[in-house]
Amino acid sequence: MAELKLINVAKSYGPSIDVLKNINLDIETGELIVFVGPSGCGKSTLLRMIAGLEKITDGEFFIDGELMNDVPPAQRGIAMVFQSYALYPHMTVRDNMSFALKLAKMPPAEIEAAVDKAAATLQLTDYLDRLPKALSGGQRQRVAIGRSIVRDPKVYLFDEPLSNLDAALRVATRIEIAQLKESMPNSTMVYVTHDQVEAMTLASRIVVLANKGIAQVGTPLELYETPENEFVAQFIGSPAMNLLPGKITKTGAQTAVKMSGNRGEITANIKSTDADQGLEINVGIRPEDLVATDQPDYAFEGKVDYSEALGELTQIYFTKADPDREPVIAKLQGIHRNVRGKSLRMTATADKVHLFHGGQSLLYR
Amino acid sequence: MHPALQGLITIVIGVGGCVAYYYFSNQFLDKVLYPPRGPRAGHNINRANLIRPWLFLFPALLALGLYLAYPVFETLRMSFSERLPGGGSAFVGLDNYSQMFAEPKFWEAMRNNMLWLIVVPGLSTAFGLLAAQLTDRISWGNIAKSLIFMPMAISFVGAAVIWKLVYDTRPIEQEQIGVLNALYLYFGGSDPQTWLTLPIWNSFFLMIVLVWIQTGFAMVILSAALRGIPEETIEAAILDGAKPFQVFFKIKVPQIIGTIVVVWTTITIVVLKVFDIVFAMTNGQWETQVLANYMYDKLFRANDWGLGSASAMVIMLLVTPILIWNVYNARKEMR
Repeated sequence: MAELKLINVAKSYGPSIDVLKNINLDIETGELIVFVGPSGCGKSTLLRMIAGLEKITDGEFFIDGELMNDVPPAQRGIAMVFQSYALYPHMTVRDNMSFALKLAKMPPAEIEAAVDKAAATLQLTDYLDRLPKALSGGQRQRVAIGRSIVRDPKVYLFDEPLSNLDAALRVATRIEIAQLKESMPNSTMVYVTHDQVEAMTLASRIVVLANKGIAQVGTPLELYETPENEFVAQFIGSPAMNLLPGKITKTGAQTAVKMSGNRGEITANIKSTDADQGLEINVGIRPEDLVATDQPDYAFEGKVDYSEALGELTQIYFTKADPDREPVIAKLQGIHRNVRGKSLRMTATADKVHLFHGGQSLLYR
Repeated sequence: MHPALQGLITIVIGVGGCVAYYYFSNQFLDKVLYPPRGPRAGHNINRANLIRPWLFLFPALLALGLYLAYPVFETLRMSFSERLPGGGSAFVGLDNYSQMFAEPKFWEAMRNNMLWLIVVPGLSTAFGLLAAQLTDRISWGNIAKSLIFMPMAISFVGAAVIWKLVYDTRPIEQEQIGVLNALYLYFGGSDPQTWLTLPIWNSFFLMIVLVWIQTGFAMVILSAALRGIPEETIEAAILDGAKPFQVFFKIKVPQIIGTIVVVWTTITIVVLKVFDIVFAMTNGQWETQVLANYMYDKLFRANDWGLGSASAMVIMLLVTPILIWNVYNARKEMR
């Protein structure tokens, strides 16, 4: 039941250290927005500014049309789940969950009802009288989530909530959060993570943060299929998208690119204008979109330096053609024995080819 | 021989002797007693490693035994005996204790000690906690901390001398050099007071000196404990709607309660043994007597080692349970 609006929001420490600038973002009611980005990109800082734990240096932040810049955290109608759970170690699970309600002077009977209800949803009923130290990591994180739920906030904030859990528990808790979101379709959630699997699986929209600003906002598949720039193209998807240099040779509804190094020509389903003729660009192809070919037109030819057989697919690392660039990686379906040391020609279909000039995609012009 | 030279030789022999002890005893263990070779090499290494800690601890254990454990038993024996004229002593049972319990001065000392016990640890810990919390929040907090900690570096006697000047009294026609009297007269007092001779109040004036010294200690320990509190729990409490006072009393204090207990009991032990301040400021006159000074009076002034030892035993009996609790809590904190 809450819309968040950020207008030109900026954060700086002192006059010289800018962390974030020109953040413009609209978050609709009921969305689960995920902030992703490399470490140090300011995604946690942005979340803490929404929470009110960090001062907003510049710009305006609204919740439901109300200016929140100087509203204290407790009155913003938000609840936050921390990476380290941040449970009060001296309080039982019940006291942890009812602390905020007690401070709000809610009648004890209502507090008990709210806590019991949240505990039942999160399967914590048997643990209500335990101290946090007697709980496992997953249970602690559930208590932290329960502490948010009982307050019935307008906005839920999650700061890397799964980072402290082991791999198996992380998947289980991720699904629990997704189910929790489904059971509360009207609550708005903002979720920070550096794990793109979490971002792709949970988000209704993803915000990719880089270079002190927003690199792209979109649904998970938008970011995957039509990245706006090289950063997003390489950040989303694992292993990262391959970037290969080339030059535009044919323009129109489809664009043909002659790959550098006297390789073949490749076509992309991307519109270009006559002015683009001869433009130096980077061709982006995801490892999973590369297929082997014996045609004269191909995107890349190289010797297989190393291969990893994973059963369902084979991951191939080619020898670096250019020492300044990352090695090209291809993911081939199924099992390919004895490819190591062989020379392979790779290409991709026209709808899987991305074109970037100056770091920006030719799609967004 | 020149005394400086004697001192130097003593140091060389002492330090050299210590080094030599550790070196040669270790060599003896490894080379002669249990050499790590031959058919029983593994067995020998284990043996040597079992013995080594005791070997290295031996000098410390000997010194502690000689200077701490033995005197306890000797004091206990002396408290049951009486010095005979012309040398020697006689067993007198509990006579010393009954005589001591009959003395009003002893009960005055007991009462004062109880007062000290209630006031000083409480005030020191409270002020220390307050100072720790406040200095963590301001930019010049470290300077403030050093200033508050500084009295810790002053000996009790030195502190007593400083505070004696604060409580100093001059005739009315002269300038008051004692701050307390100066203030008293400034705010409308008629005559300069001799503060240290006003029974019951004077005890509190003495306690202030110890509070002044111990606050720094409490502050340093509690400040470290406060910094150890995870920042997220405080942020979570702020998001939960806690006001600063609620954050402090409901989130911070409960998380460092163990440390508070350790600080409290440590200061309690200091208080039970308080001697220097009373000795230097009033010497137990005007109803300010405390147990340690009472013991000193009996033992070294009246030369009555029976009674003096009896009062020493009383002090030890009072300190021991607190000491045990203190060590127990400190160990719990370490875990």
